[in-house]
Amino acid sequence: MKNSFYLAFQYIWYHKIRSLILVASITIIVFIPNGLEKLITESEVRMMDRAVSTPLIIGEKGSSTDLVINSLYFQDEKLEPVSMAEVDELNSLGFGYCIPVLTGFNARSYPIVGTTLDYLKFRNMTLSEGKNMAILGDCILGHTVAMELNLKSGDHIISSPESFFDFAGVYPLKMKITGILDPTNTPDDRAIFTDIKNTWIIMGIGHGHQDLGDETDPTLVMENKDGVVTATAKVFMYNEITEENRDSFHFHGLQKDFPVSSILFIPKDEKSLTILRGRFESGEIGTQAIVPQQVVRNLLNSIFRIKQIFDGVFIAVGFATLLIFILIMTLTIRLRKDEINTLETIGSSRFKVAGILSMEVAIMFVASLTFAFILYIVSGYYVNTFIEKFII
Amino acid sequence: MISIRNLYFKYPKSDFQLQIAALAFRKGETHALIGPSGSGKTTLLNLIAGISVPHEGSINYKNLEINKLSEAERRAFRISNIGFVFQDFKLINYLTVYDNIILPYRINARLKIDPPVRNRLNMLSEYAGIHKYLSKYPKNLSQGERQRVAICRALITQPELILADEPTGNLDPKNKKKILDLLFRYCKEEETTLITVTHDHELLPDFNEVIDFNDLLSEEETQASINKKNTES
Repeated sequence: MKNSFYLAFQYIWYHKIRSLILVASITIIVFIPNGLEKLITESEVRMMDRAVSTPLIIGEKGSSTDLVINSLYFQDEKLEPVSMAEVDELNSLGFGYCIPVLTGFNARSYPIVGTTLDYLKFRNMTLSEGKNMAILGDCILGHTVAMELNLKSGDHIISSPESFFDFAGVYPLKMKITGILDPTNTPDDRAIFTDIKNTWIIMGIGHGHQDLGDETDPTLVMENKDGVVTATAKVFMYNEITEENRDSFHFHGLQKDFPVSSILFIPKDEKSLTILRGRFESGEIGTQAIVPQQVVRNLLNSIFRIKQIFDGVFIAVGFATLLIFILIMTLTIRLRKDEINTLETIGSSRFKVAGILSMEVAIMFVASLTFAFILYIVSGYYVNTFIEKFII
Repeated sequence: MISIRNLYFKYPKSDFQLQIAALAFRKGETHALIGPSGSGKTTLLNLIAGISVPHEGSINYKNLEINKLSEAERRAFRISNIGFVFQDFKLINYLTVYDNIILPYRINARLKIDPPVRNRLNMLSEYAGIHKYLSKYPKNLSQGERQRVAICRALITQPELILADEPTGNLDPKNKKKILDLLFRYCKEEETTLITVTHDHELLPDFNEVIDFNDLLSEEETQASINKKNTES
């Protein structure tokens, strides 16, 4: 056994490149379906956890999938907004409480989530450093954002303009980072949380600017008619909320008309949830209420159907690889006929020769399985990052 | 040491047949087998080694009738008593010189690689002048060096009999001399019997005995051979 292993290993070592290609092929064939299985299973667990922990999402009528994906995983797609009046109305029903969520803006490629402190409480999010956002202009960072951007509390982060060429569009807002969240292994780790009022400022609904009543510079005002002041372009717009200019920030219009992307509804109890869903289904309320668990389940079922196709493909590829491997081994044995004859002539039994050849196959398979296993374990460490970055 | 009586052998699906009425090889002597190609010299080596089995007759090695042994017993007999040297060396290309020489120990469970075997390997490689090539692969050696490796492999098990099938067939005159000197010297020192198939008549004077296969053929075979030649002419 030891000698068969030695001779088989010498053969493999001498034909390093050929053996490596074979081992790599088998490793990939073994690893990919298992890695994919792990990725999908892990994604399923995390997606379902997130969905199950969110009883009801309310939003404008349209794609339920977009609504859920946007509200739970903060994807880029902008939703048709509902108004804050909807939040007030739902709160007034007494079935539970609402958490407004406004998404669609980014800072350095990470989503900015405008919400209230209730969101942090609802998701059991705690701070690893700093303190909670308290005043206009504050924000807190998810764990991954802070790690990847190397930011800490006290630093600042600027929201990204939606379009570089849109001068009349969204202005960047420089926000002060007051705290960093503990890791949660959820999309919250990759988000920047701020008070919903800040996102309205980013949207342009609210702003702060130089005092127009400044008599020292009459060129700031274009027109002042019946108390309606029209400013000139010379007025300086603030892009950072500071102690000095905080009072100058104001919103135009009524808060009830301001937009939110979606509303997370936290019912008092199961009964309240059932009654509220009944109201939505009867059309009494004009928006849609979605149970995220159902949407995510449907989504995952689609993924599983695709995975089944992949599984079939992998089985076929695996079978083809096995056939090629058998072909290679058969041809190799033919090419090594002289060597086999020599071994038999100088005293080796056919059983021993078969043992050496089998050992070569075994070493390559064991090496492939070991590499596949190592890849599987290593990928396990990165699966969360992969899921966060590319899936949810 | 080896005696052959009334031997008859025929390859399946072939007209070739070998018949030898009587033949003997004495211990410690060097024997050359000569004769035309296809006359059965290599077949005789295979029969002595127990690789092939005669249909009739007997081959005795000391008091052992080789042709009556089972395949496993013939293999054990071969590994314990015989060293092979081939014309094309038959070295294993993926093994170093060291591993090629020690190969018989790796392919037979009865043989163990122990310090005396390693010492013998070192001695043999010094003896054959290939000690500095032990870690090299055969492809990095000259023809003569390869044949010396093959001889070391044949001698590592301390065989009492060496069967060499045209061991100098692929070598230049200088290397031919070296290889035969090496074999003769070893056989003389260790009292080992050497049976060599060769076509090289210049080397014959060095052997104790020369066996011409033309003389070994039976009357019928000789007549058949004459008839065949007449038909061809």
